[in-house]
Amino acid sequence: MKLPVYLDYQATTPVDPRVLETMLPYFSDDFGNAASRNHSFGWSAESAVTKAREQIASLIGASPKEIIFTSGSTEAINLAIKGTAQMYGSKGKHIITSLAEHKAVLDTCKHIEKLGFEVTYLKPDKAGRVGVEKVAEAIREDTILVALIWANNEVGTLNPIREIGALCHERDTLFFTDATQAVGKVAVDVEKDNVDMLCLSAHKIYGPKGTGAFYVRRRKPRVRLVAQIDGGGHERGMRSGTLNVPGIVGLGRACEICEAELEEEMARAAELRDYLEEKIRAELDMVHLNGHEKHHLPGNLNLSFSYVEGESLLMGMDDVAVSSGSACTSASLEPSHVLRSMDVGDDLAHSSIRFGIGRFTTKEEVDYAADKLIAAVKRLRQMSPLYEMALEGIDPSSVDWQGGH
Amino acid sequence: MAYSDKVLDHYNNPRNVGALDKSNEDVGTGVVGAPECGDVMKLQIKVEGDRIVDAKFKTFGCGSAIASSSLATEWVKGKTLDEASTIRNTEIVQELSLPPVKIHCSVLAEDAIKAAIADYKKKTDTGTSSSEKVKQEAP
Repeated sequence: MKLPVYLDYQATTPVDPRVLETMLPYFSDDFGNAASRNHSFGWSAESAVTKAREQIASLIGASPKEIIFTSGSTEAINLAIKGTAQMYGSKGKHIITSLAEHKAVLDTCKHIEKLGFEVTYLKPDKAGRVGVEKVAEAIREDTILVALIWANNEVGTLNPIREIGALCHERDTLFFTDATQAVGKVAVDVEKDNVDMLCLSAHKIYGPKGTGAFYVRRRKPRVRLVAQIDGGGHERGMRSGTLNVPGIVGLGRACEICEAELEEEMARAAELRDYLEEKIRAELDMVHLNGHEKHHLPGNLNLSFSYVEGESLLMGMDDVAVSSGSACTSASLEPSHVLRSMDVGDDLAHSSIRFGIGRFTTKEEVDYAADKLIAAVKRLRQMSPLYEMALEGIDPSSVDWQGGH
Repeated sequence: MAYSDKVLDHYNNPRNVGALDKSNEDVGTGVVGAPECGDVMKLQIKVEGDRIVDAKFKTFGCGSAIASSSLATEWVKGKTLDEASTIRNTEIVQELSLPPVKIHCSVLAEDAIKAAIADYKKKTDTGTSSSEKVKQEAP
């Protein structure tokens, strides 16, 4: 087993060797510009891009014409939200999203609020799910877009996308989903799931960083957007800029592999995730699951360990790469906004650890991580004044804490 | 974020972890911070005369918070109450090479020392009066 152990697959994934192999010729031999229409270098690049478009479309049940290449999900999210707002702003100025979205969605919504749009931020339930009834209540005459995450990047909770999509179509509003964590991990079909726009990133599915795809529905309804990057009119005029051919080829191949191995990978990840959770719970008490017991990504496990702070826990697992919702590990020094939106108390948010199991995770690695974690929690609880209080029968949350920082 | 060697050393080998009996009259206990802020420090001192003869801590917090409180117990031991009250958070920052985002951990450790001393002083004051009271009530 190679150390350190990587269990942070939601953050990013290594490029699959099969993907890398497919990409390599497009850096040197087949380096053409896909927009060069008058020579073989261009034709070769264009045909590689066409193939990738088909591979991506196939994975998500779309038509290749509906795929737009981007630099990744953040760019696609900006285009989806700002592009919709600018195109349909005369029809209405109301957008619905949730408090548990990725910052790319939340910050973009904040931006368009300044431009005069009204945004409703739905609060998810305690498991991080936004129910279809909540969306139904929030949709108004002037709602032009519903933007909801498919699979939450922190807690892995899956939203009821198909039902929400059907509702949006019935109420004549567009539906965009950030499926960055979902594509390649669970079944995604833009037709059956009633999705109008969807974004994905190559680096979350064993492809290269800096490449993504954006699905934009062409019929029933035909979605029109105002481009955010003007230039040569590439990608149906929605995203100008020379195509990143090696990246796109890699993304295509990554999608092809995901499609072929989806069911097998889902089962494997789910088994390892459940094994990890059981192993931890067998050794530790006061462990809380953040997320949904049933509707979750197969390889995502987010747990809080009462009375132990997350960053110190990460220090105790020095050769295991995981992430924490603790404020101390974030740039903003605020605990995770996702956990907050689910009413997980700040004390438990500080104690949360996210494990991500992926394609190359082995049982041996899971065992190693679990053992390290269990030892660290036990050691840190021994030096935790809160654990001491809890053992004495005092609930630390009932104490009036003063002078906090 | 990379931790300094001293933070790592205190995290891996914390000095003086544990608890003193807080009901003892010669023990002062300071608890500062709040769980929702991600830091709670409990620092205890045992005093003989006006000198701190023992110190223990328990901390819920990041590695820098654990290291700050561990160092604080090391530093107060053997000092008089007056000397211990002069320990400044900036000295802890310097000793542990804490980055700016972790300065609050050192502030908390300074607060914990002060709180423990204050608790001891308060206890010895009220301790005297309550024992006098007992004497008065006794036949």
